Amino acid sequence: MATKNYAGVAIDVNDEGYLTDPAQWTKEVAAELAKEEEIELTDKHYEVLQFLREETAKGSPLTIRKVGKSGIVDIKGLYELFPGGPLKKSSRIAGIDKPSSCV
Amino acid sequence: MSTKKEEHPLKKVCIICAKGSIEDVYATLVMANGAVMEGIEAKVFFTFFGLDAITKKQMNKLHTSTVGNPAMRMPGGLPFPTLLGTLPGIEAGVSAMMKKQMEALDMPPVDEFLDMITAGGGEIYACKLAADMFKLEKKDLCDHVIDIITIGAFYELAGGENTQIIFT
Repeated sequence: MATKNYAGVAIDVNDEGYLTDPAQWTKEVAAELAKEEEIELTDKHYEVLQFLREETAKGSPLTIRKVGKSGIVDIKGLYELFPGGPLKKSSRIAGIDKPSSCV
Repeated sequence: MSTKKEEHPLKKVCIICAKGSIEDVYATLVMANGAVMEGIEAKVFFTFFGLDAITKKQMNKLHTSTVGNPAMRMPGGLPFPTLLGTLPGIEAGVSAMMKKQMEALDMPPVDEFLDMITAGGGEIYACKLAADMFKLEKKDLCDHVIDIITIGAFYELAGGENTQIIFT
């Protein structure tokens, strides 16, 4: 585990760069995490991030299928928002654990 | 000699599915979907009985065989007698149960799974030889099928560095 500086705050991250404490997450931190993935966050991105955080807080495992049925964005749209890692990148930017599902 | 292991991340997977049982088809679909979710290009070639997975009439009616499968268990873990598997309705019942359990893990039906894979840029192809053999035409196949092609044409799509071909 290490500490990294995001938006002027020291944030705990694991070896793969995922936040270890979701409570340290803020929108500003998300914007900087996104920059590392070469993504510029829009309102749509934040809606997805919020959804991922809420579902995780409820303890339900995440899948791209679930995001696709959230009414926020379809799966194709999710790929467009987070190219090359719809669930992995979005989870990292949302400050939650690396997804553990296969779908 | 350096002891540092060089990593060459996968860039493309080409998956060939030749069987039409639930487990064979889902192994293919999970691998293809998993690839595009990781940003890895995925191309899938369905051939022989695997064509059922992309044939409109059959794709959502796949079964798993209850005969001759030593890993098959009764609920509770007791071995599943092959003779029981031969009784009418057993295979349908077991297949329905498998689908229910997969749905609980958010594994979609075949048509929706193909929607997911292609939404991520995955490409679906049908084998020309097998399509000719089973007298299937493009119109019989799911709309996500890009084309009916020869294995030679599929190999042409499989070029490039860090590409793997997987046969399920």
